[in-house]
Amino acid sequence: MSGVVSNVRPPLVTGSKTYHQITEDICSPTEQLPGKGWVMLLLGALGLLGFGAISVFFTVWYGIGTWYLNRTVAWGWDITNFVWWVGIGHAGTLISAILLLFRQKWRTGVNRAAEAMTIFAVICAAFFPGIHMGRIWMAFFVFPYPNTRGPLWVNFNSPLLWDVFAISTYFTVSLLFWYTGLVPDFATIRDRAKGFRKKVYNFLSFGWTGSAKHWQRWESLALILAGLATPLVLSVHTIVSFDFATSVIPGWHTTIFPPYFVAGAVFSGFAMVQTLMIITRKVLNLEDYITIEHIESMNKVIVLTGSIVGVAYLTELFIAWYSGYIYEQFAFYNRALGPYWWAYATMMTCNVITPQFFWSRKLRRSIVVTFVLSLIVNVGMWFERFVIIVTSLHRDFLPSSWSYYSPSWVEVGDYLFTFGVFGVAYLVFIRVAPVVAIAEIKSILKTSGDQYVGPKIAEVTGANYAEGHHDEEHEDHHHEATAVNVETKASVEEFKKEFEYKETTDAVEEDNSKDESTDNEDSTEEDNNKEE
Amino acid sequence: MRVLNKKVLFGLYDDEEILKSAITKIQHEDAEIMEVFTPFPVHGLEHVLGFNESRIHIAGFAYGLFGTCTAFGFMSWVFTQDWPIIFGGKPYFSAPSFIPITFEFTVLMAAVGMVITFYLICGLGPGVTNPYLHPRITDDKFCVAFDVTDSSSEEVNALSDLLARTNAEEIQTKEI
Repeated sequence: MSGVVSNVRPPLVTGSKTYHQITEDICSPTEQLPGKGWVMLLLGALGLLGFGAISVFFTVWYGIGTWYLNRTVAWGWDITNFVWWVGIGHAGTLISAILLLFRQKWRTGVNRAAEAMTIFAVICAAFFPGIHMGRIWMAFFVFPYPNTRGPLWVNFNSPLLWDVFAISTYFTVSLLFWYTGLVPDFATIRDRAKGFRKKVYNFLSFGWTGSAKHWQRWESLALILAGLATPLVLSVHTIVSFDFATSVIPGWHTTIFPPYFVAGAVFSGFAMVQTLMIITRKVLNLEDYITIEHIESMNKVIVLTGSIVGVAYLTELFIAWYSGYIYEQFAFYNRALGPYWWAYATMMTCNVITPQFFWSRKLRRSIVVTFVLSLIVNVGMWFERFVIIVTSLHRDFLPSSWSYYSPSWVEVGDYLFTFGVFGVAYLVFIRVAPVVAIAEIKSILKTSGDQYVGPKIAEVTGANYAEGHHDEEHEDHHHEATAVNVETKASVEEFKKEFEYKETTDAVEEDNSKDESTDNEDSTEEDNNKEE
Repeated sequence: MRVLNKKVLFGLYDDEEILKSAITKIQHEDAEIMEVFTPFPVHGLEHVLGFNESRIHIAGFAYGLFGTCTAFGFMSWVFTQDWPIIFGGKPYFSAPSFIPITFEFTVLMAAVGMVITFYLICGLGPGVTNPYLHPRITDDKFCVAFDVTDSSSEEVNALSDLLARTNAEEIQTKEI
């Protein structure tokens, strides 16, 4: 039985779940009336949306003159928010695509919600360049289509146009990937639903049946889409960084931007996933599926990418000095010690210093610390974009036009509007769709359920489970283990049986030799024949 | 709802390992399985059932290639033939700056094409309602179905016997 107990991997699904229990747990939030907490959150989000809508109306009606952008600072909160939202979107694709390619099983607990977050975040992001155009009703001009202006084409050499293609491709591919994953889970809800709900979910589930051939194609499709989405997600923030890096503005014109932006995007994206997941798992009682192990894994990604971002900040400073180019040197001196020193200090503290707490295992596994630090990272990454954009622009080549920029209420309102959009979309999503990928969780149950791996089964089978691994929770596990002893023993027996089955199947496949159970079957069959 | 006018005999199993060994036994007895339904992708099932590898990635490559050629060809045509403009002193045919859009369009075409192909070949899509055998198939039951439209009652009995012997928990007949 030593092969059963993993000494390395902790369980990812706790509570000794059966397949049916998984269905119940994940589908039930969509089948009940929402709780008070959810309604309060929705009202809050609608409030932001309402106030934001007024600001958006002002922006569109009076034009972007309602913002405090000026000749020197032509990009302000709008592009800051744009880059911030796009960055947040990156975690979803990273979890669903890159971690799929790396066969990281913990991704199954969080991928659905993270992908939903990606899609809503990209919608929020796309909103900002849209309204920054001034005449949002002309936004389709950015696409190359046969037109009556010559036809005059868009400038394919411009990074801003590359961005149009990158963001729209990213949105489309993420949406297709997410929805194709949702189809089987909508079918699960459909088969439990009645009346009108059944009709709705029947439409959403595209007539999914669960045929073995469909599953095979579905997995094949998911793998190829993951393979396509991996370079795509890296390309999107690379291209966003080209918006800056291909210009000749000191502070922007650096080759480090693409990797630095991608690392920052993953960093902020995971922070947002943590913020959302910690609330979601609590509100929807999903602690058995989004465990401390998931949170710890994501915190490891945060500390890694946060450190990459920190190295990038220091490299930028070093290169500015080492370049010997006085304008570059001034840009960075001004960034750190000029009028916006407070933004730079916030960025440095939130992104480089505080995430280092996650080197401690104890803090990585603390939900409160994770939640607070994830908010800090979100703030820090917003300031990173603000620092890059505003401090590089506000003191330009002509000292007579130097200025100081702070936003108008309309700009703040536009930002709050996207929070409203995001909040409403996410809250509706968690009520109508399975927040955890049901089918994918079921497929990892036998390898990652706590009745199959981890300390609990080690207790029963007497196997050696990663000594000292769970030290601070050791006491708890003792209690749990005694409490579920009987249950676990039963599942061990089951597992043994399955294990034998598996061996049987393998044997039959290889040389058609039959073991005991098959022989028995055969003999009964012979008996039947005789009777006939 | 699509009506297939078929009579189907099916057995429900409790576990994917039981299902796999059952299928192997059924195949040994030369019974023709119409379809196997599972609530989640079961690894190794495609080998047991002898499925060929899905060729959807080949289709994906073709769509991607179409995207690459379209994007690069179109931008080259626009900037060298249709409306040549000099941007920043660069030549009309400035291939390196066409790369990002070419890449994005390749990915877009491959992804959209593959997803559409997937739904078409599986017969799935918005508004499609396929007949289903049992509500627990998308929950926790693993189903093996036989087409018994033209079978005699003895054949049906033999098949349900086979299902029972391979540890099926529930055996039913249904017209779809």
